[in-house]
Amino acid sequence: MKTSRQVGIVGYGAYVPIYRIKNQEIARVWGKSTWPIKEKSVPGLDEDSLTMAYEASYNAVKRAQIPPEEIEAVYVGSESPPYAVKPSATVIAEALGITPRLIAIDMEFACRAGTTALQSVIGLVGSGMIKYGLAVGTDTAQGRPGDALEFTAAAGAAAFIVGKGEEALAEIEATYSYVTDTPDFWRREGQKYPRHGGRFTGDPAYFKHIVEAARGLMSEAGLAPQDFDYVVFHQPNLKFPLRVAKRLGFSKEQVSAGLLSGIIGNTYAAASMIGLAAVLDKAKPGERILVVSFGSGAGSDAISLVTTELLEQKRSLAPLVESYINRRIYVDYATYAKFRGKIMR
Amino acid sequence: MRKVYVAGIGATKIREHWEVSLRELLVKAAQKAIEDSNIEKKKIQAAFIGNMSSGVLQGQEHLGSLFATWMGIPGIAASKVEAACASGGAAFHSAYLAVASGMYDCVIALGVEKMSDALTGDVTAALIMADDQDYVAFTGASFVGLNALVYRAYMKKYGAKQEDIALFAVHDHKYAVNNELAQFRREFSLEDVLKSPLIADPIRLLECAPTGDGAAAVVLCSEEYLKEANNEVKIEVAASTLATDILSLHDRDDLTTLQATVRAAEKAYKMAKISPSDVDVLEVHDAFTILGVIHLEDLGFAKKGEGWKLVKEGEIELGGKIPTNLMGGLKARGHPVGATGIYQIYDAVTQLKGEAGKNQVDDAEVALAQNVGGVGGTVSINIFRRVR
Amino acid sequence: MVKANSIPRVWRERTIKYRLIGGKCKKCGKSFYPFRRICPRCGSEEIEEVHLPREGKLLYYTVIRAPPSDFEEYAPYVVGIVELKDGTRVLAQITDVVEDQLEEGVDVEAVFRKYREQGKEGIIEYGIKFRPKT
Ligand SMILES: [Zn+2]
Repeated sequence: MKTSRQVGIVGYGAYVPIYRIKNQEIARVWGKSTWPIKEKSVPGLDEDSLTMAYEASYNAVKRAQIPPEEIEAVYVGSESPPYAVKPSATVIAEALGITPRLIAIDMEFACRAGTTALQSVIGLVGSGMIKYGLAVGTDTAQGRPGDALEFTAAAGAAAFIVGKGEEALAEIEATYSYVTDTPDFWRREGQKYPRHGGRFTGDPAYFKHIVEAARGLMSEAGLAPQDFDYVVFHQPNLKFPLRVAKRLGFSKEQVSAGLLSGIIGNTYAAASMIGLAAVLDKAKPGERILVVSFGSGAGSDAISLVTTELLEQKRSLAPLVESYINRRIYVDYATYAKFRGKIMR
Repeated sequence: MRKVYVAGIGATKIREHWEVSLRELLVKAAQKAIEDSNIEKKKIQAAFIGNMSSGVLQGQEHLGSLFATWMGIPGIAASKVEAACASGGAAFHSAYLAVASGMYDCVIALGVEKMSDALTGDVTAALIMADDQDYVAFTGASFVGLNALVYRAYMKKYGAKQEDIALFAVHDHKYAVNNELAQFRREFSLEDVLKSPLIADPIRLLECAPTGDGAAAVVLCSEEYLKEANNEVKIEVAASTLATDILSLHDRDDLTTLQATVRAAEKAYKMAKISPSDVDVLEVHDAFTILGVIHLEDLGFAKKGEGWKLVKEGEIELGGKIPTNLMGGLKARGHPVGATGIYQIYDAVTQLKGEAGKNQVDDAEVALAQNVGGVGGTVSINIFRRVR
Repeated sequence: MVKANSIPRVWRERTIKYRLIGGKCKKCGKSFYPFRRICPRCGSEEIEEVHLPREGKLLYYTVIRAPPSDFEEYAPYVVGIVELKDGTRVLAQITDVVEDQLEEGVDVEAVFRKYREQGKEGIIEYGIKFRPKT
């Protein structure tokens, strides 16, 4: 899938909360002797997917160096909005000074909502309907206490502003989406914690959709794994993205720059987008990046980008992903439970 | 403006009055004050009722008519006066003006607050309504918290130590032992105060005035009416002033002084034609220890930054340079917020009448009561003089 | 119990609260937060609307350990007075801190956070807080 005119990322920003809990601490509480990652991010009591989206977007606006009111679309992808009914996009737009002339919508597709928001905005700019559009992936993921997901369910956000190709710090080369009805993970209305199909989340879900989307994009664009300098996959843990990379023929080196789940956890709709932000924090002009998200239910978006000369000067205008990763306050399980509303009041 | 006299005073004990309603507290205090005045109930022409939070805590407004009805004097002019914790002082000020103007000859000023009807968190929420709801209460700041910022600013600016400032609480409790209306008639050591739980750093529980229920009343009248009362001791209102300051701390340049106190005091001293050294008995609004210290300075009894020295050196004790809060102050007598201003007047007048028992200041002639609303957003000052 | 909960009052203040909009008095030169049409100091009615700087330093702070009922679930939390780079003072929560490791005078920056919820079913109120600068 391609736009009729060249578009690209004109600003990007990420956000990871300051709090961390070590997997070892979670394992201590539930009596486990092994754990999947080192530690994960934990949102503070005054944070939700909306406030995190705001900060990532604020960083993106700073890098874009455009008046906020020129942004004409705000698309927020999340599976953990603070309201079941009432958009986050409106609050974010109001706080950033984007209101009132804009298209604003919240989107939900498990961990894929952020990249789909981005794809939609790419379409709006690419068609000439709007000048700039903001797409955010944000989540404060909840894992049922004691569930395997609790070790990884984390919080973070990433935002991208899409504009014309000539202003871009990374041009959008192609996108490809692959979607089927595959119930590997879900949360019913009114339920606090999601449910999942255990090992069913692997081959028929995560691997199948990512592989098909990545191959679809490369086939349509005439590209091969070795044409990419970096590749970022949805990262529910450390194992899955490395395994899918191998299956597709990418090297560990291509994956590592954008693989953060070992130290921040699975940030759901933000996961592959924070990974992309981390790659943009490092990449040189003229490098090609492949991003492939995965959202349960299920679907994957693959997006291919090529960085431009503008990247390096834009980079320093907002905090790097690394700076968020390096600021850490460790909490114990009790504090984590308090922060995440796991204690009944 | 004609002269105004205090004809009678009355007050309930300050307690958690579980069995007594807000209106009953009002009536009890009024009955006592009227009895003390020797003026017939039917002679009262107007009532000014100081109250901060009856709407929030009791769901009850319209205290003027409520009081007139339950007191059995419907027909009088009556209304509520609100200025946060300075509601009592502000009600007294209105009552004073009513008589001084010649409009009325005999009025009653009341203060009432019933805080035990609500849960602690709801009382905390009610008290912060004294500041800007949209930009101060919104932040989650408690009223104690705002005073904690004042405390921090004061210690930073003057290098004062908490163990010196906290002495104010020890002082109040020592004197409350002899006040049968007081809520806490027991002594605390400085160590007790400094080891009590933190409420809003650095303020500890025993540095805060307690919450409680109570009502107090003062009958005011003209000289002509006073003759009917035939009181042995004539007590004149020598000054009654009210001043405001910018509502919120962050809008002020200096957190360590209450400009409203300075303004109200300047006017009051002029009106009473006295200077601070003429004051024999002082009642200050020490809702928190730090405020007691700051008031001593703002009222002209100590240089800025040195109020705590007066406390430490025993100068606010009975027999000291400026005997202060000898009936226990807000800290130990208690602080039913909207009633406090009237309780202070009750205590000041009790001293001038020579009825303060063990805490009596010899031959007290001039008494000053200072009542503060919010973090100094409003300050009421009333000066009383015993007339020979 | 009567609370200060209201939807319109939160709504009407939203841009000032979300974007840190203050006023600058053209007569006495002082700036203040939030924006208002009349200078609280000198009474002048010539006020310029300003987007206040988002950085400053923490002047004084306290830790709220006995909060108003709407804030009970957040305790303990820090409230402080921040002096912004242009001298404007703002009362706000200081977030992302370990209470007993905070120091007066630290550089802080504005963040957008949740302040309170009007109960579990009511609206959520957002606004500007500050955190130590990273
Ligand atoms: Zn001015």
